[in-house]
Amino acid sequence: MEKTTLFDKIWDSHVVKSVPAGPDVFFIDKHFIHEVTSPVAFLNLEKRGIGVKYPHRTIATPDHNVPTIDQDQTIKDKLSRMQVEKLRQNCAKYGIELHDLGSAHHGIVHVIGPELGVTQPGMTIVCGDSHTSTHGAFGAIAFGIGTSEVEMVLATQCIMQSKPKKMRISVEGELGKGVTSKDIILYIISKISAAGATGYFVEYAGSAIRNLSMEARMTICNMSIEMGARGGLIAPDETTFAFLKGKQYAPKGDDWDRAVSYWKTLKTDEGAVFDKELTFDAADIEPMITYGTNPGMGIKVKDSIPTTDGMEGSNKKSYLKSLDYMGFQPGEPVQGKQVDYVFVGSCTNGRIEDIRAVAQFVKGKKKADNITAWIVPGSREVEKLAHEEGLVKILEEAGFELRQPGCSACLAMNDDKIPAGKYAVSTSNRNFEGRQGPGARTMLASPLTVAAVAVTGRITDPREVFTN
Amino acid sequence: MAYDKFTILRDTAVPLPTENVDTDQIIPARFLKATEREGFGDNLFRDWRYDVEGNPKKDFVLNDPTYSGKILVAGKNFGSGSSREHAVWALYDYGFRCVVSSFFADIFKNNCLNIGVLPVTISPEFADKLFNAIEADPKTEIEVSLPEQKITLLSTGESESFDINEYKKANMQNGFDDIDYLLNMSSEIEAFEASR
Repeated sequence: MEKTTLFDKIWDSHVVKSVPAGPDVFFIDKHFIHEVTSPVAFLNLEKRGIGVKYPHRTIATPDHNVPTIDQDQTIKDKLSRMQVEKLRQNCAKYGIELHDLGSAHHGIVHVIGPELGVTQPGMTIVCGDSHTSTHGAFGAIAFGIGTSEVEMVLATQCIMQSKPKKMRISVEGELGKGVTSKDIILYIISKISAAGATGYFVEYAGSAIRNLSMEARMTICNMSIEMGARGGLIAPDETTFAFLKGKQYAPKGDDWDRAVSYWKTLKTDEGAVFDKELTFDAADIEPMITYGTNPGMGIKVKDSIPTTDGMEGSNKKSYLKSLDYMGFQPGEPVQGKQVDYVFVGSCTNGRIEDIRAVAQFVKGKKKADNITAWIVPGSREVEKLAHEEGLVKILEEAGFELRQPGCSACLAMNDDKIPAGKYAVSTSNRNFEGRQGPGARTMLASPLTVAAVAVTGRITDPREVFTN
Repeated sequence: MAYDKFTILRDTAVPLPTENVDTDQIIPARFLKATEREGFGDNLFRDWRYDVEGNPKKDFVLNDPTYSGKILVAGKNFGSGSSREHAVWALYDYGFRCVVSSFFADIFKNNCLNIGVLPVTISPEFADKLFNAIEADPKTEIEVSLPEQKITLLSTGESESFDINEYKKANMQNGFDDIDYLLNMSSEIEAFEASR
C-alpha cells in the first residue's frame, strides 16, 4: 500500500473533484466566521440571490474589533458596532450559531472552537483569519482564507484550492526549564525565516512536540502562517482525545468510541515522503524574543541583534528600515532594554494554561513601575476558570489589568492600542509595523518571558528571575 | 462577483522594492471596519503614505508623482501575514490591476486571483532589472500578457514567462469567479456532503 502523510489522508478524503490543470474542489467540514471578514461575503450572497447552503457547518463569534471593557454595554465605536450588528443580523437571517458578546462561550474564534469541541481530528476547517492554522493542533487541516472564499464556503461548503507541498518539522529531545512551545515556534521561524514555509503545509513531529499539552500545541500550529505556511498540524494522540472528551460538541457514547478508533488512524505512515524535512534539537532552544518587524526576526533573549554582515541591496535596506522602526542598532544586545507595556493574550497565548503560567510566576511579586500590564483572556471560559482558580486575584495583586475576551491589542482594532514609539513585549503573533497601534514597537515572546519583563521592567531571560 | 477581464496590460509601473511587505502595511487593521468592499484605496499603505496628522509623506513612492501606473512591482515576500482580502481590495480600489514580485505569500496570491488582480511571479534577477529600469526611467513601460503568460520590459525587449494554472487563467481572461464554477456543480457537492 502507498505510504501517505497525515496531511494527504485528510486532504484527499475531502476532494469532491479535481479540476484538470486547476485546483481541487475542496470540501470544508467546519467554517468559523467573525465580524470583520464576513460582511462582504454575506453582501455578495445577497447580490447573487443565494443563501447559506449548510448553516449548521458555520459558527460565528465577534472577536476582532470588540472592546475589552464594558462588554455588557452598547459598543461605543460606531463602525465596530455596525460590524458586530451585521454579524448578528446575518447569523439570525441564515440560522448560524452565534456566540455573542457576553455569552458563556464568547471569545476569540480559535480559542472557542477547541473549547466547544467543534474542532476535531480529521476535519477540514477554514475561517477568514490566517491564524485558523491553530486548529491543526488536533490533527485537522485548518487554514485561513480570504473573503471571496468565505463567500464560497457559505454558498457551497467548498473552496477551490491547489494542494500545497508537504513539510515535516521534527523537534527531538527535551525542552529546558523556562522554555515553552512559544519559544519552539519562534525558534523555528527565526531559523527558516518569515517566508521559509510558503507553499507548504507543515506537520510538526518529534518527541518534544509529542510531550506538549494541547494548549502548547495550539500555540505552535497557530504561528505556522508566520513562516508563510498555509497551516500546520500535529497527529492526534491520547493527549488530543483526553482534551476533547466530554466537550459540548465532541461525540458521545458509542459515537465517541467510533470516532477515537478513526482518529487513531490519522497519522503519517512510516516511510511516507515529504517535499521537505527539517529536524531541530530541543536542547538548543532557549527563551526567544523578536527584535524586528516580522516574526522571522527572532533571537535568544541572551543574544545580540544580528549585524548586517553579508547583507546587501534591498535585503540590507529592508533590514535597516526594520531596525530603525524598532529604534535598535545592529549588533546590540536586547537584554536590559526598558519596556513600557506587556500584553498577555491572543489566539496564540490567551488560553488558561498561559494565564496559569503568568500567574504562577508573578505570584507574590509586583510589576515594575514603568510597565503597563494587560492580560486579556482568550474566551469567557478562560476568564471564568481564571477567576475560579484564583489567578485573577494573583495577577491583580501583581498590578496586571484584567480585561474581557477578544483579540484586543494583538491587532489593535479596538481601543487597546500601544502608543507610538512605546515598546511592548507581547505573547501575540505579529510584530509588524503598527500592528499593536500606529508607531507601536512590538517584541514577541512567551508568557514566561512576558511575566519576567513585567516584573523587571526590562527585557529579561525568565530563567534569571524565576528559580522555581 | 464576476470581475474585470484581464488579457494584456501595458502600462508604467510603481516600484516598491521593500521586502516582506505584510498585509498590515497594505491596509492597517483599524481600517477594516467597513461592511462593504469599496473605498479601501484611500487607506492603501496608510501609515507609510501619511503621517499621524494625515499629511502625505514625501518620501513614499505613492506620493511621488514621478511614478504611476496600474502595475505595482514589489519586493520579495509581498503580502505576508493576515489573510485580509481588504489588502487586495485596497490595491484594486487604488487602481492597481497587476502585482509583480519575485515571491508572494500564499493567501495574498489566492486573494488576488479571486478578485481579478493578476499576481505575476518573476525571478529575483528579472525583478532587479525592472527596479533598475523604472528607477532609470519612470516612464518605462511594462507589458503583461496573460494569454502568452509573458512579462516584457518594453524599453529593452527583455521578457520572462510566468506560471498560472489553466483554470485560473481562463477565469481571469473571462472575468469568471470560483463561485460560478462551484454553483454549477452543486449536485456533486450535495452528494459529497450527504456522505460525510
